[in-house]
Amino acid sequence: MAAAIKPGESYGFFTDTSICIGCKACEVACKEWNQLQGNEPKFLADSFDNTGQLDDQNWRHVKFIDNVPDQTVDAGSGKAWLMMSDVCKHCKHASCMEVCPTGAIIRTEFDTVFIQQDVCNGFRNCVAACPYSVIAMDQKTGTAHKCTLCYDRLQGGLEPACAKACPTQSIQFGPLAELQKAADVRLAALHSQGITQAELYGRDDKVYGGLNAFFLLMDKPETYGLPNADNAGLPSRNNVGGYIGALVTAVLATVAGLVAFRRRGMSGGAS
Amino acid sequence: MLLAAEHFVRAPQWEWYILGYFFFAGLTGGAYALATLLRLVGEPRDEEAARIGFYVSFVAALICPVLLTFDLGASWWKFWHMLINVTPGDESLSFKYWSPMSVGAWALLVFGFFATVSALEAFVLDRRDRGTIGDPGRPLGGVASLAFNVVGAILALFVASYTGVLLSVSNQPIWSDTWTLGGLFLASGLSGSAALIALLTRYRPDAAFSLARLHLADGYFSILELVLLVAFFITIGAAGTALRTLPWLPLWVLALVGIASSLVAARGHMRVRPAGGSAVIARSRTDTLVMSLLVLLGVLALRGAVIFSAQ
Repeated sequence: MAAAIKPGESYGFFTDTSICIGCKACEVACKEWNQLQGNEPKFLADSFDNTGQLDDQNWRHVKFIDNVPDQTVDAGSGKAWLMMSDVCKHCKHASCMEVCPTGAIIRTEFDTVFIQQDVCNGFRNCVAACPYSVIAMDQKTGTAHKCTLCYDRLQGGLEPACAKACPTQSIQFGPLAELQKAADVRLAALHSQGITQAELYGRDDKVYGGLNAFFLLMDKPETYGLPNADNAGLPSRNNVGGYIGALVTAVLATVAGLVAFRRRGMSGGAS
Repeated sequence: MLLAAEHFVRAPQWEWYILGYFFFAGLTGGAYALATLLRLVGEPRDEEAARIGFYVSFVAALICPVLLTFDLGASWWKFWHMLINVTPGDESLSFKYWSPMSVGAWALLVFGFFATVSALEAFVLDRRDRGTIGDPGRPLGGVASLAFNVVGAILALFVASYTGVLLSVSNQPIWSDTWTLGGLFLASGLSGSAALIALLTRYRPDAAFSLARLHLADGYFSILELVLLVAFFITIGAAGTALRTLPWLPLWVLALVGIASSLVAARGHMRVRPAGGSAVIARSRTDTLVMSLLVLLGVLALRGAVIFSAQ
């Protein structure tokens, strides 16, 4: 797919969690290419996860979600152990981009979301806005960091490092339209096998207008720490309510001030 | 039906500098608005307190950008990127009306001009009035000056309130679950400003004439604040995030103590009003210092409680 990467076309990832084996090759390849040093290793007591989260040093993070029941009653059908290589979703309607006051976050010619390091001034509005906890501050540079969808590799006609390294093709890279078709086929196959809980997340426009990095999930989005369609709101949803609340308060406070200061014959005393 | 909002967002680590900024933004905006109101509808002798308000507003306005810049950490030298987009090939003024931070940065800049000019005017008037007896001189420029103050006061109200809206326009728990923060911060900022001006009348005895009015206004603002605080807890309760406020209970209590102090001070001044004369003076002497400090502490605590509860 990477042979003809053309500016002006939408690219993204389709991550099929049903075939993720949790090898973390994606994490390693990402760090290798992007020269991310990673955080100090520490014991997280969280199954096989030693990365913990997406942050400024981890632009790919394999989640391990233990759903094994206490008493095994069936084969699990792919639900007992959930593994998911998480990444920036490169949302169509990106919360980070919406709130960034400096214009540092842009949409590239490949329709991906990119933080310009020389423009970002580290105010962290994007951190407060990203509903996927993707963006984090690098204290050394004083700027926000996240997956670039290997912007530099795309410009050179190369597919992103994580997709290149994934041994099971759980992470697929390509033109969005092609990925969506592939995802539809895969979902239909799983459903035909009786795995009806499988669903596509971010394939349609129900969450943030659609995600350039979308997923096939084996359980509900909340299980993976992803907001469902009901909770996927853009920060700007609160602009009108917030400003109206402030405006009404301003009017009432002005009236209160007028009443208080217009009173006559109320000379005060020295403190 | 209660619908619990689910949040998977990371905390932005807005801590002490931002708390300080929100505090001083409330004071700079609130003090300017109150000073303008005193000039507009007060008696000539209220001009003394109005000038205190303009001085307070100016000093607080100077502190605000410093705190914001410190908060940027290693990127502090790029503070001006809030106003200018330096994206190669797309260099332009950076203004996004849908981003409260972007609007707020511009509002702070423009308001800073108003705060500076008004403080300078107060300084010139003070020098002119030095040694004279009677009412202080009226503002320079007459109606034009008042119009300037009114425009500045509108900006001031925005500066005092937008910080709350800024928090709401996010995906953070609590902050994004309520519409009340802009109004809450405004009412609280006005209350704190009234208390601070009242406190500073100690150093400008002629301004004590306005003391009772300031306490009364503070009381009204605190009633507004209390109503908005109730609305705040109702909204976050409905969103299912109210329990996150519990670890910061001491700060919420301090905020309530501040509100209660405003109400007690206002009630005290209203009740003794008919007696007038020395009775009023004696009463207010004992009240103002303690009450004002408690109110200011409450203003700070409220912002701290809101900021830290979500993170």
